[in-house]
This record gives sequence, C-alpha cells and structure tokens, in this order.
Amino acid sequence: MIPRHQRIILSVLLVASLVMGVVLWQLRDRAHQRLMAGEDSAPTRAPEVAPAEQATLLVASDQDNSIIPQVRSLPLPADPGSRARAVLGKLLEIYSTPDALHPAPGGPGSITQVFLLPAVGEKDPQHPDAQLAVVNLSGAFVAAHPSGLLTETLTVLSVCGTLHANLPRVTQVRFLVDGAQHSTLAGHADLTRTYLASEAVPTEGTHP
Amino acid sequence: MPVGIETRPSVAAGNHTLRARRVVLWLLATAAAAPFTAAAQAPPAPPAPQPRFVVVLDAAHGGDDTGGRLANGATEKIFTLAFTVRLRSLLAARGIQVLTTREQDATVDLNHRAEMANHANAQACLSLHASESGSGTHLFISSLALPARPGDKTPAQPARFAAWKTAQAAWVPRSLALAGVLNSALQHAGMTVTLGRAALPAVDSMTCPAVAIEIAPERNAAQQTTAELDNADYQARVAGALAAALLEWRTDAWRIEVRQP
Repeated sequence: MIPRHQRIILSVLLVASLVMGVVLWQLRDRAHQRLMAGEDSAPTRAPEVAPAEQATLLVASDQDNSIIPQVRSLPLPADPGSRARAVLGKLLEIYSTPDALHPAPGGPGSITQVFLLPAVGEKDPQHPDAQLAVVNLSGAFVAAHPSGLLTETLTVLSVCGTLHANLPRVTQVRFLVDGAQHSTLAGHADLTRTYLASEAVPTEGTHP
Repeated sequence: MPVGIETRPSVAAGNHTLRARRVVLWLLATAAAAPFTAAAQAPPAPPAPQPRFVVVLDAAHGGDDTGGRLANGATEKIFTLAFTVRLRSLLAARGIQVLTTREQDATVDLNHRAEMANHANAQACLSLHASESGSGTHLFISSLALPARPGDKTPAQPARFAAWKTAQAAWVPRSLALAGVLNSALQHAGMTVTLGRAALPAVDSMTCPAVAIEIAPERNAAQQTTAELDNADYQARVAGALAAALLEWRTDAWRIEVRQP
C-alpha cells in the first residue's frame, strides 16, 4: 500500500512534468516562428537586380607602376555599404583575370563586408559628414596576394581611391582580415593604420 | 814608414777632433735655434675630426617570416640578407660605418629593427626588400604626413619625444632628400627607378633619414626580363649605385654639419 503523501507527491510531479512539456512545446514553436519571420524580413537584394550605373575604378598596373581611373558600367545598389562592396568587388574581379596588369587572385568574394562609420579624429570643416570605411578582406585573398612593397601598396591605394571616387564622403579607410586586425597585407603594406582615401586618388596615371 | 804611419793617424786624429767640435757646435746651434725654426716652419694643423657617419642596413624579413617568393624557389629573406652583406662590404671599403639589423636567418621584430636604427643615431637607414613584381628598383619613403605646428607654416623639427608609430614624420623631408640622392645614382647607373610613399611599420618608427628599397628584376620597355634578381652582375650594379649614393649623401651630411656646427 502506497502511503497517501507519496501518492500526492507523485501526482504533483506528474502534473508538473506535463505542464513543462507543454511549455517547452510552445517555446519551440515560438522559436521556429521567430526564425522563419527573421528569414522573411532580411532579404538580400542581389546587385544584379539594381540598375547599371557608371562607376570609376582606380585600376593598378604593375607594368608602369601606375593607378589609372577607368569608368565601368555595373549594377550598383542604393545602399552605400552594398555599393562600396559592389565597386570593390568589380575592382578585384579585374585583378583576378588571367591577363590582369596587377594580378591578385580572389575576385569579388575577397571583399567580405564594407562598413561605413563616422570618420574618426578631428572634424574636417570641408567634409563635416566624412565617413570611415572599414573594408573586411577575406583571409584567402590576403594569403594569396603577391608579396612586395610596390604590389601591396598599389592594391591598398587602388582600393582606397576607388572607394573615395564612388563614395566621396569616404575620407578614411581601415582594413580588417576575416573580421580581425591584421598587421600587413602580404608582409609589407601596413594594415593597422587608417589610410586617407583622398591621398590615394591620383591624377591620370600617377605613380603611388 | 812607421813615422808616416804614426803621423798620418795623428793628423787624422786632429781632423777628427775639429770635425767633432764643428758637429757639436752645429748641434748646439741647431738646438738653440730649434724653437725659432719650429715657430717659423709650423706644420699644418691636423684636420678637424670628421663627424660620425653611420648607415643602418635592414635586411627585411628573416626566420619564420620568409617574405615574398622569388624566382627559382628563392625567398626574399635570403636575398635581402645576401644583398646586405654585399652592400656592407662596399660601404666598409669606402670607410663608411655600417650597422645591420640582422646577420643571419633569424626573426627580428619590426619594432626591434627600428629600435636598433634609432639607437645608432644613423645618418641613413635603408630597409632592403626584393620582389618579382614590377621592374628595376622601387624607392619608398614613409607616407606619414609632416606634422605642422599650429599657426606656423614651417615644418616641425625632429622632437625629443615622438609617438612611436609616427616617429618618422619629422624626418620625412630628410628621407625625401635621401631618396632623391639614391634615385639619381640608380638612374645614373642606367636602372629603372620608381619612387613612392607607403605605410611601412618599421620605417614609420625610425628617427633617421629612412628609405625602403625594393629590388625587382630588370625589364625592358616590352616587359621582357633582362636581368633576374639572382644575376650577380645586376646585384653588383645596384649595390655599386647605392654605395655611390651614400658616399654623396655623406659628403652632403658633412657639409651640413660644417654649416651648422
């Protein structure tokens, strides 16, 4: 014969287990609905759907050690961050072609993200709304980039110049590699400092 | 005969005595007149000691940091070390004191390289690199902007205290002048030269006229390689031109020292 108090405890535990099971089932349903809702509310519009626009790319050449502006037509999203990523992706696509004058493997996927933030340091009266662009490079691109003072400097300057040419508010550029600070691009060019984008914009065929 | 034999010595002895007296008198007279003679024919004053002139040669990379890959399986760290030894020999033969940041294939921290250069109080600091990209010799100085004092249009002078990562800023004008001398010498030797500015961690912390030199294969107008990096003659030409440039730089430095005692 089971004592009365033990039967009461057993009943309470059984009821509690059932209640917890129902609550857990509801929580699971809610989490699933939230996940589905999140996916629906964050669509990424592919650049291909955006209208084609003229973009100025500052393309480097190892043959004469120059950076020359080239105007290309490519789909550009309205969002500045996505726009910056699109123009840099096009620039690195040129560098990844077999007949590139400044070969750098990787292509458009080498630019993981571009974040636009308010510029740091003293406010420039000529550019009160100046921005700092943080370019996140992929580790694979950095690992495969040719090593050398000149070639690395050309890559950095062409990225900075291209950003400033298409987004004039961008006056400063910093680099990350896979989301973290990295000392150099491929052993030479310093990636820990803030580059002034305006200084990287050359006149026609300027040397670095 | 015997007399004659005896006489001759006695005459000879008399002559010797006279000669000896003359010699003693001449010596006394010379000794007495010595101060006046010395004063009249004073030797030229010894030349003033020449100012100290030290060149720092920084063979880039080393140890775990191999640097770039060069042709024929070579690495940048090996090339820069070998070229540094070659250039050091040329400079030492010209009487220039040389300090190197590494003598073997060892890892040397970038900050330590700058520390060595700064402690040497050098008149020229050359950071030596090599690459398969580009052609000829690439000369880079720091891209740091020269700090200007507020309300003053004259450039700032090297300060007693400077931020480590931007210490080179005050030396940019001198680095630019050194790059100009190197450029002239290399072009005079018939080489292609590219001048540029770049952000270089070690050079940016140096408090001396500093230039990063990247040696690339020699190519003609059609981009055909005319001399690879491992070409001994090519290396000798580059090293000779750099040594000649540093000799000229030393002359300029001494001239400035004389002008500004």
